[in-house]
Order: sequence, then C-alpha cells, then structure tokens
Amino acid sequence: MSLGRQRWLGPAMFLPAVLYVVALVGVPFVLAFLYSVGDVKVGSVGYHFVGLANFKSVLQNPTFLRALRNSFVFTISSQILVLVGANILALALKSAFPGRRFVRFLILLPWVAPVSIGAIGWKWILDSLYSVINWVLIRAHLVNEFSPPMWLGEPALAMMSVILVHTWHMLPFATVIILAGWTAIPKDIPEAASVDGARFFRRLFQIELPMMLPIINVAVLFGVIFTFTDMTVVYILTRGGPYDTTQVLPSLAFFAGILGSDLAEGAAISLFLVPVLAIAAWLMLRTAHRAEVT
Amino acid sequence: MAVVQTRGLTKLFKKGDVGAVVQVDLESREGEFLVLLGPSGSGKTTLLRMIAGLEEPTSGEILIGGRVVNDLTPRERRIAMVFQSYALYPHLSVFGNITFPLKAQGMRKPDREKKAEWAAGLLGIGHLLARKPRELSGGERQRVALARAIVREPALFLLDEPLSNLDAKLRASARTELEQFQRRIGTTTIYVTHDQVEAMAMGDRIVVMNRGSVRQIGTPAEVYDDPADSFVATFLGSPPMNLIESGNVTVGFRPEHFLPAAEAREKGSAIPVRFHVTNVEYLGAERILYGEAQSGLFDGQNVISRIAAHGGAALEKGTVQEFAVAERDLKFFDRESGTRTARVGIG
Repeated sequence: MSLGRQRWLGPAMFLPAVLYVVALVGVPFVLAFLYSVGDVKVGSVGYHFVGLANFKSVLQNPTFLRALRNSFVFTISSQILVLVGANILALALKSAFPGRRFVRFLILLPWVAPVSIGAIGWKWILDSLYSVINWVLIRAHLVNEFSPPMWLGEPALAMMSVILVHTWHMLPFATVIILAGWTAIPKDIPEAASVDGARFFRRLFQIELPMMLPIINVAVLFGVIFTFTDMTVVYILTRGGPYDTTQVLPSLAFFAGILGSDLAEGAAISLFLVPVLAIAAWLMLRTAHRAEVT
Repeated sequence: MAVVQTRGLTKLFKKGDVGAVVQVDLESREGEFLVLLGPSGSGKTTLLRMIAGLEEPTSGEILIGGRVVNDLTPRERRIAMVFQSYALYPHLSVFGNITFPLKAQGMRKPDREKKAEWAAGLLGIGHLLARKPRELSGGERQRVALARAIVREPALFLLDEPLSNLDAKLRASARTELEQFQRRIGTTTIYVTHDQVEAMAMGDRIVVMNRGSVRQIGTPAEVYDDPADSFVATFLGSPPMNLIESGNVTVGFRPEHFLPAAEAREKGSAIPVRFHVTNVEYLGAERILYGEAQSGLFDGQNVISRIAAHGGAALEKGTVQEFAVAERDLKFFDRESGTRTARVGIG
C-alpha cells in the first residue's frame, strides 16, 4: 500500500467512532449544559438564559438532596457487596470441580439477561402480596402472617432491595473480570508463598489480592460508572418511592426532565453526575496506563 | 539439618497412566548436594514438588528427618524452594520478598530486619533491598530468590533448575557461586537440572532419572565412568557414548577412548578399527571426529571420537585412519534391557 493511502486509512477507520461519540455523547452533553442554564420545557419554543437559577432551585429541593445522598449510598454499598461477592465467587470457581462450566454459566446469567426483565422478575419476588420470599418466611413461621415485610414499601427495606437487586445484576461481570485476573497470576507465586509458610488468608491478602489490584481497580471503576448512572432497577422496582426515598440522581433527572417536562431542571440534576464520572474516568485511565507500564 | 528419604514414591497424574514418577527410593545424606538429573519429562521436577508438598504422591512415603511428612503442608515441612522462574512476589520490594517467610512464621519486626540483612549480605544484594523485582537483572533475581530461601534457615533446600533462566556466561559463574554457597551454609540440598554439566560440576551425588524412575544414583565419577545402563551411558557425556550392537550385548565406549591406534595401545590390548572420518568439528581445545568404522567387529557402524586438538596426526575430513579402543575402556550392556552386564569376550 502506498504511503499516501496509508495516511488516510487511520483517520478513516477512526472516523465512525468519533462521529458516534460526538453525536451520542458530545451533542447531548452540550445540550444538557445549555438546558441547565436556560428555561427549556418540553414543548416550549424560546430559550432564555437564566444563569444558575436551575441549580439554585435544585439545591434547595429536599428530594434532590435525598437523591444525591441515595446515589452515593446505592453506588458505594452495591460496589462493596459486588467486590466481596465477586472475589468469593471467583475463588470458588477457580479450582476445578465437576459441573464447573455449568455453574459458571449460571453465574453469568444475570449479566446476559436484559436488566429490565431481571428487575421485573425481582419486582414480583418482592411484591407486597405475591412475594415468594414472604410466602416462605410465613410458612417457616419466621414472620407474622398478617404483617409481612413490605420489601418495596418501607424506605429502609426498599433501599436495601434496590441495592441487592443491582448487586445481583453487577456480580457476574465483576466475577468474570476477577477470575481473569486470578488466572493471570503465575502458578509458581502462590506455590512459593505456600512453601514460604503462608496459609490461605496470608496468601490471599498479602500475595494474590495485591497482585490483582490493578484488575480489581478496573472492575470497581466500571462498576461505579455503571451504578452511578443506572436508573433501571430503581425505576422498575420502586419508581423512586416510597416518597422518593429510593430516588437516585438519574431516576430523579428522568422524572423531572422527561416525565415532569422540565428539561432545564432535569439537565441541572444530571449535571451533578459529571464530577463523579470525571473522577472515575480519570482514575480508570491512570490505572490502565499503569498496567501498561508494568 | 535433615535427611530426605523416599520409599516407593509414585505419582500418576491420570488413572492408568504410566506414571510421572514410579517407585522412587532415595536417601540423601546430611549436608549433601544431591542432583536430580534427567531429560525433560523424566519426572525430576514432579519428584521435587512432592518432596516440597506441592504435589500429592499417589503412593509411597516421603520422610524428612526420619518423620513421614506425606500429610504435612509445605509450611509444616520447613523447607525452602527456589523455583525455575524464581517466583518473586512482584508487588513487594526485595526486602518484602526476603522477609515474607519470616512474617509467615510470626517473627518480630526487629528480628526480621536483622535476618534479612544477614541473608542479603550473604548473597551480596544489600544495596538492592528497596527495589522491586522488575527492576532487577536475571542474576540479581536469582540471588533474591536464594536469599528468600535461606532467610529462615530451612532444614532442606530444594532448587528447581535455578540457573536455566540465566545467559550462558552468567550461568557458569552463578554455578560456582551457588556451589560454594551451599558448602558454606551446609544445608542438605536437592537440585533439579537437565544440564549434565551442572550436575557433574555441583553434585555430591547424582540421581539419574528417565521416564519417572531412577536409573542410577552415584557420584559424578561413578555415573560417568561406571554407568548402570545404556540410558545413563548415553545421557551423560557429550558427545554421547558410542553404542554398538554385537551378538546379544551392546558394546559401549566413550568418544575420548576412541583414539589413534598408537595412543590406544598404550593402555594395553586394544581393538583396532579402520576409521573413515566424514566430518571434523574443531572446538579449540579438542576435535570431535564423526565417521564410520570400516573393518572388523564394528564394520559399518557410525562412531565418534574426541581427541585433543593439537598433537597427533593431521586428521582430515575424508581420510581413513587407523584407530583403536582399549579393551578395558569397553562397557557391556544387555541388548534387550540395556542394563550393564559382565565383560564378555568379543572379536
């Protein structure tokens, strides 16, 4: 191939990705920014610059403050659960046992199934009348037949349910990443640690997990980004209820901006996601770069 | 100090398999440098890993210091092992690597530091303590692995081809160093290698293995001069021993014993051979002659001779020379089983 053609090939291959990012990420981002400092509503025609008025009103709204707090609670607690769970699962799946392939497949299912379908399944499992969990608890005489727990109807329980369902959904992905990290450790090293006198937990916490840290970082940062921006589970299970106690930033932005027709407010709310995502992205790039160097 | 003993030690990786290690009985002596030598796949590493406790024997017993250790974990066996890859912990500094076994023992921090300094000093790596393994050269890594192994003064030292990752030049000096180091600390050592030069140079005794079983145990001189079977005879020595089938025996003689007739006769009665030289390799101090025997007993057989490079006749490629091998340099092996047999009259 001539040098001239080669010079154009790279940019030509690169262009679709650039177009895609500009059209689906860049333009909406700029629009969101413009909306957040204007007075745009669904169906309105004009645009008036209102400065930081939207942000001011949002910050005075107790529902927003609640959603902001919930977003952090939701993200941090589900990520902790995912991290611990994924490590335990990866550890169990690492060694060979009969039926391992089948168990691996089962564990991967929540990830490959559409999250909306999974969440609808959970909605029924946690339903106030037809909950199979409550049915079991009542039959086992663990809860009062006439006032079983309202999994999605009591603020604390609802938050817990949302977190657990999201964890269920995120677990397989993290497990696969961590499992890959584990198989990347040369077999000699844990063996050397055993000969050096380390038992299971010392080997795990002082040798294997530290060696996997870069990979665990990637898993956590992906998880944080997916979780912080996700509204599917909240939207399907609770619609942010009861009384906005499970509202998170993405769901609140959706309710205010799309369902509530106040695009400006929705945009202002969603812009609060930006700093967290920017930090996560920066950390991710740094980790990736480091992994490249070593 | 401890003596290692194995009794009928066998390892089958799969049921019905021929066995990676078959019925191995050995006993090391106190403070000995014992070398397990064999081609790849001969089971030497599996044997070492069973002694370390990393591999479970299918049958047989392992004793360390007179005590059966089959059911003990590697930790409880109190041994140290140096892996072929060195298996340094990449996220820990050299200091962290060396003190890891001490931490696992629960030793206090000031004692750990003292010990690490002692071990690092012994191997001349005191200035590297703050570095990470990836910042070290191959030779330095090997020293760190050794320091990590000796730091808790183990009862037994297991080394799995520790020199094979070094370049040729470094390997020779590291070999001498390692040997002197072992003499100084006096710990019983089992050393796995496929390199006969390493085995001959370092070993107090050599265990020659092939296909999972022990073919011969002896000092370097014994296994070289007095091989127990035709495998040992050809595996040790480079170029290998000439083996020539004659009746129901195989006759063997080393290339350095196949000499110009006059030289061979100085050692007593000799068997004369007309030697057609087909190729000459000049190696500086010596020459390797490849060719074919053209008369008598060995007629038509390929033979190799190894003689000093200087002195003697001009041995050109394509010439036919009068060569001979002294009768006392002949070894006899059973043609079927390959085991050594009594001297028989030939020719």
